[in-house]
Amino acid sequence: MKTYAFIIVLAVAATAAWAAEPIATLRGPASLIEQATAPSMAKVSNTDLRRMRNYPEQPPTIPHLIRDYQIDRNANKCLSCHSRRATVDSRAPMVSITHFMNRDGQFLASVSPRRYFCTQCHVTQQVTKPLVGNSFVDIDSALSNE
Amino acid sequence: MWSLAKEYWRVLTRPSVHFSLGFLTFGGFLAGVIFWGGFNTALEVSNTEAFCTGCHEMSDNVYQELKPTIHYTNRSGVRATCPDCHVPHDWTNKIARKMQATKEVWGKVFGIIDTREKFVAKRRELAEHEWARLEANNSLECRNCHNFSYMDLTRQSPRASEAHEEFLTGGKKTCIDCHKGIAHELPDMTGVPGWQ
Repeated sequence: MKTYAFIIVLAVAATAAWAAEPIATLRGPASLIEQATAPSMAKVSNTDLRRMRNYPEQPPTIPHLIRDYQIDRNANKCLSCHSRRATVDSRAPMVSITHFMNRDGQFLASVSPRRYFCTQCHVTQQVTKPLVGNSFVDIDSALSNE
Repeated sequence: MWSLAKEYWRVLTRPSVHFSLGFLTFGGFLAGVIFWGGFNTALEVSNTEAFCTGCHEMSDNVYQELKPTIHYTNRSGVRATCPDCHVPHDWTNKIARKMQATKEVWGKVFGIIDTREKFVAKRRELAEHEWARLEANNSLECRNCHNFSYMDLTRQSPRASEAHEEFLTGGKKTCIDCHKGIAHELPDMTGVPGWQ
């Protein structure tokens, strides 16, 4: 009995000490026993303006809403504007030629199955502050600062 | 048969012996009101979402797919129910559609789409009927709410206003040409114009 009581006291003390330390978590500074107020849900940016890529290989981010866009074996809503043939009418950027390539470097007639699911790499952005700071600078800025 | 018809015709063409003219006039009027009211009430009941989703074919498939879309849940709480898009609003076309719907009763009775697999296999055909209907009537059911005369293109995103100005203003395309799958999942779109 005494041992149990000791363990409980130790656990409570340890929790208190841990909670007192300012550790950055996604939960925020609220302690374990209180319910933190959730941040309001951010809106998806819908400016339709292309964003600069931070490095050449970066998949460009989507500058518009994609709510309920169906991407499965039946249909691909993205390609109804971004496919080679659709870009004439839609004036959307065509999917890059790398997406037609299979893993052996062979170019196929249409988008390769392994590059078909757009949102695996291309994502929308939200109108919100980043959760953590970031000191990334792109290569041009890094070179010009030298 | 012919003599029976003649007998009825004779009764109908002779003046009433037992009922007064007032009774027949007002009684006929009242019976007409009750019949017409009853007919319209039954028509309205068959035009509700509760009626449509009364069958598991509708409530398990298309109704569930509608729920996450903007026509069911959105910021302002205005929503479209099944008949808003799938039944014409003016009387003549509504009755014509209701007569077509007897085929759906046939489908229900014989279980044409009574499993998910059967429904998925038949989805392209069913979708094509709806696309054809909306193409033929210039997307009338969309326009019952989304009236182009009151559509402020400047309040739309640049992408939307450009597309609407180019394709909708001149009547080059109609709503359904670009907005297929706005409220339900799409079938295999192979060969559908504008789809990969």
